[in-house]
Parts: sequence; structure tokens; C-alpha cells
Amino acid sequence: NSSKLGFPAFASFSTTRQLATDHNIAIVGGGAAGLYTASRILSKSPTTRIDIFEQLPTPQGLVRYGVAPDHPEVKNCTTKFNQVLQNPQVQFYGNIPVGTESDHECSVPLERLRSVYGGVVLAYGASRDRKLGIEGEDGCGSRVGVVSARLFVAWYNGLPEAQDVQLDLDSFDRVVIVGHGNVALDCARILLTDPNDLARTDITKRAVAALRKSNVRHVEMVGRRGPLQVSFTTKELREMTKLPGLEIICDRRLLESECAGEKGRRVLEASRPLKRMMDLLLKHSVDSNSPKPINENELGAGGVKGNKTFTLRFLLSPLRVLYNQVEEGLKAPQVMQFAVNRLSGPPESARAEATSEIVDIACCMALRSIGYASTPLVGAPFDHKRNIVPNIAGRVTVDQNDRNDLVPGLYVSGWVKRGPVGVIATTMQDAYRTADAVLMDMRDGNIGTGCRADIDNTLRSLGVDARRVSTEGWLRLEAYEAARGEKAGKPREKVTSVEEMLNIINQ
Amino acid sequence: MLYLLSRTASAAKQCTRLTRNYSLVSSSSSASTRPSVSMAALLTASLRQQPRGFSASALAMKDITVTFIEPDGNEVEVTGEEGTNLMELAHENDVDLEGACEGACACSTCHVILDDKIFDELPEPTDEENDMLDLAFGLTDTSRLGCQVLLTPDMEGARIRLPSATRNFYVDGSKPAHH
Repeated sequence: NSSKLGFPAFASFSTTRQLATDHNIAIVGGGAAGLYTASRILSKSPTTRIDIFEQLPTPQGLVRYGVAPDHPEVKNCTTKFNQVLQNPQVQFYGNIPVGTESDHECSVPLERLRSVYGGVVLAYGASRDRKLGIEGEDGCGSRVGVVSARLFVAWYNGLPEAQDVQLDLDSFDRVVIVGHGNVALDCARILLTDPNDLARTDITKRAVAALRKSNVRHVEMVGRRGPLQVSFTTKELREMTKLPGLEIICDRRLLESECAGEKGRRVLEASRPLKRMMDLLLKHSVDSNSPKPINENELGAGGVKGNKTFTLRFLLSPLRVLYNQVEEGLKAPQVMQFAVNRLSGPPESARAEATSEIVDIACCMALRSIGYASTPLVGAPFDHKRNIVPNIAGRVTVDQNDRNDLVPGLYVSGWVKRGPVGVIATTMQDAYRTADAVLMDMRDGNIGTGCRADIDNTLRSLGVDARRVSTEGWLRLEAYEAARGEKAGKPREKVTSVEEMLNIINQ
Repeated sequence: MLYLLSRTASAAKQCTRLTRNYSLVSSSSSASTRPSVSMAALLTASLRQQPRGFSASALAMKDITVTFIEPDGNEVEVTGEEGTNLMELAHENDVDLEGACEGACACSTCHVILDDKIFDELPEPTDEENDMLDLAFGLTDTSRLGCQVLLTPDMEGARIRLPSATRNFYVDGSKPAHH
């Protein structure tokens, strides 16, 4: 492979040696991927200068706008992020979009960065999500139809552009969530947690108010395949079992037969995480096949009075959303229709095949949580099939006449490199591997150093200096949010509009 | 005098860190009440906060020597105070072990592999630690999260392996399944 690339791509960078270089590197994206890439480069080459461009005034990406508010310890990584941003070799350029000329007038063209920096790392993540592609998905009149789980999460986490999302938590007592991953579970948990408990987290004020008014008591989380194919993890499921007053329901006959079958037992023996999760579900769930009438005074988990339920539904694929249906004597705001599936193939790679059976679930709102998706950046290659920037081990490639040619000086880190899957720890390791490629190329002279004078002139001429949010500006906003939060008994009260952020920063 | 000062400073640091982690638990919703610091850790920490004086009744904290084995085979012998967790110990000695969530049992980046004997002698991991271990790459039967394992005299001479932290990202199709 080294003959094709001109240097050994798979040699790992020495972890002990340090470099002294004077390269200038730009990173597009100030989230976990970008920050961990910067951190790794600086740890091995402390004299490299790194400029981090971020569309929002705030860094941290999904750590700020994706991680659930009741998971504050997951956000401890931001201490290191702030250390990176405060490193004298690092400049933060917040409020500066790059490569988004189709959306923003003032976007910095990627080509301009590539012409003045020695290397550019794309770490801009995934800002879209996959649609179901079904009839009725986009709502009808005042009915919201299917809302993006990504937007719902962004809404309660304070992302400015998500504050206007249309939700319906009032017209009925049930929400359907399509998807069996951790984002879906986060949404279910936020919908079913006592708002008084949420009020002490960094969830937005507006979200708490909406959740206090919410009539949602039942959440059904629906997936195409069976219990052995779920994507969520045990930690998040365990949190559901500890929600006071919540009953967890699933088809225990299906669960037991999947786990006890020959193929199931084999797969569970081989996978400790899956076995632990199935054990947890078997221990804590109530059978959907023998429904009890819901009694207002009935005691739920922990002996707490409550009538909230969380139902895990398997083997259902969404077909369409219907409006103005009369369901069980109620005029349900909307009804989601599903095809019942059967599984074929071994559990590790089971395929869902639709039968002719149909199931209806009434709800006020549905959330689709079937995956985030990256978008192309103007001036960079993009693989529209996989929705990633094509690359080999973090070095961007372009498909030219059926060959994969390296694009010199262009790298990629994080979700936009491998797809929108993986926790912060995964992104950290991924970013380190990209950083190692940059370090190797700097060491071997495969990229230029870039020119600081040219960089300064370019940024000034593009008006970047005037518009940017610096590290100091971000820290000021962060302190403001913490102070506001302290008054309200929460870790921070997030500012939810870009205009207000900039006012606070520029004061 | 300097010795005493440095001990007090490190105890104070430990105290602040533990307080912060503990207060995170209490400030999060009751739904996600998980001990981010075990009772053993809290007890040990409070023992370490005893004023170091010249009184014979002050508890003496032992120094324990263990060896970290980095992914590339490099061995680093380190000495730490009883009650220090393995993640902190690594960081104090520039050993290449990550700790993204800073010891709050909310990630798997401080994953370490122990000898059978030491592993068996340690108190069992909590459900919460096991949930995080489930996500660790290269999980073994003697894996633990470094931040949840505290140095005790029984660990003298222990050999602690740092697993190679990455999947082979170069190979197409090799993807973690969760987020």
C-alpha cells in the first residue's frame, strides 16, 4: 500500500518522540473531534499553531448540544477542551462558518484556508438526520407528524436554530419514537422524567416549562428488528429502570424466545454487553401480552405512585402517518401505521422482512431517531452513499478515474470521517489517529508549513477578525451561563440565541 | 515540612476532585443517581484528609509500587499513595492512559487489564462500572476501569496492562455500534 500512497499509511506515530515544527494547521469544527485532534497534535508537537473554526459562537459541538442534560459527568471532557482552547498556540474562531457558501453569505471558502494553512482538518460532524421517507411524515395542519429526534435533543439542549421546532406534547398522552439507539432512549427518558428533577440540570428553562405542561405519560420506542439487534446500551436502559413510577413493557414471549433459542444463546454467550442487557430487560420488564388496566393509583417502580409507561416495541417498520383517525373511541391526533416484520438470518446480522400484518399506534407526536447524517462542504470531496468525506485513515481522498487519490494537506476527523456512530471516547481515538497522520506528514515534509502573514491577511480581508468569537469571548459566555445557572440551582443556564450570545461576548 | 505540605496539597486536590464528582451525582436527576465514586473511595479519601501531624495516632498512608505496561510494550514502574486510583496514578506519572470523563465512571477510556490474582482480590465492579466496561475496546475477563480501582497494599508489584485503545479504523466496515 505504501507504493500507492508514497509513504507508509499504517505506521503508527511514535508516542514518545516530540516534534518541533512551525506548521500552521486549520481545523474546521470546534466539537470533540476537532478539539481532540488539536490536543493530540499539540501533545506531540507543542510549537504547531492551530486555528479552530466553528460555525457557532460556542465550541464543544454535540457535547454541548447532544449529550443529555442529566448526564453531566459525560461533559467532564470539556475541561480538557477549554485547556486546548487556552493553549497559546491555539486560536478559536467561533461564529465563523467554513465551506457553507450555500447557507451563509459570510462563509469562509475552504479553498482560501487551504491556500494559506499547511494542513486543514475537517471535523464538522453531522448536522442533519435521516428521514423515514413515509407518507404523512411532515405533519398535517396543527399535527406535527414526525419530528427529528436530533432536533428535539438540540431543542432541550438549547441549540439556537432548534428553538423554533414545532412539538406537540399536549394533545395526547403518548409519543412514538422510531429507533432503538441511545438517542431514542435519551428522548424517552427526558419525556418521562419528573420535570422537577430535570429543572436542576442544564436543560433549558423553556424545555422544563414545556415538559411541566406535557400530557405525555406513555412512550413507545419502536424498532425494525428484535431484542438482540438493539443499538442502545445497558447504562441508558438501567436509567429507565430507575425512573420512579415508570413501568417498562415489552413482548416478553418474544424476548424469551430470542434469548433461549439456539442462535440466541450462542450470540449471548459471545457478547457480554448484550447478555447483560437482556438480563436487565428480563428482570425489569412487564409483559405487553398480558396488559393490565392502567390504574392511576397503582404503584410503579420504587413503590412510587405513577402511571407512566415505557414500551419497547420490536419488529415494526413505519409505513405512514394518518391524521383524523378515530381510535378506540378517542379522536387520536395522529396514528402511525407500522408493518410487522419477521427476522431472517443469524442474530448478528438479522434482516427484517415485512409481513402483511399492520399495527397502529396513536400518538400526539412521533420522533424519528434513525441516525444523524453529515452534509457536503463546498470545496471538499463527499461520498454521497456513505455520507462521509472519503478518506484513508484520516487523509482525505478523491475518486478520480476509479483511483483513490490523496488530496494533499486535507484531513478528516470524527463522525464526518467514519459515519455518525460512536461515543466521545470513540471520537477521541479516531481524532488521535488523524492527528498522527498530520504529525507524520509534518515530520516528513509531506505538507507545507503555511504562512502566518498570509493567514492573518486572508482572515482580515474576509472580515473574520471583526466577526469572530475568541477563546476569551467563549469563556466569558461560559462564565455568564454558569452565574445565571447558579441563581437557578443548575450547573448553567444556556443562552439560546446567537444574537444574545454575541451581545454578551462583545459587552 | 515540604513533605507535609505536598501531602496536604495532594490530599486537598483529592478532596476537591472527589467533592466535585460527588456533587455531580447529587446535582443530576434522581433518575440517574449512580455512584461516580465508590464508598471505598470516599472512606479512603476521608482517611487521607486526616491532618498530618506528629501525633502517633495519625494514619500512615503506604506507598505502593506497581508497573504500567503501555500498548507498545514500554514498562513504567510507578509509586503512588494508597487510595490513589489507577487513572490518577497514570496521569501523575505521564503514563499514556486517557480519562475523558475525569474519573466519573462515565466513559471507558481509562480501561486497564490486570493479572488474574489482583483482579480476583479486588472488590467486584458495580453495575455502573460494568456498563462502561461493556463499551471498552478489547475487553478481557480481567479488565477494570482504572479510575475505579484504588491502590491498596495488596497491589504491591501489580502489573497493569494498557490495552491498545483503537479499533483498526483503517479497515472499512469495522465500526462501533453505539452512540
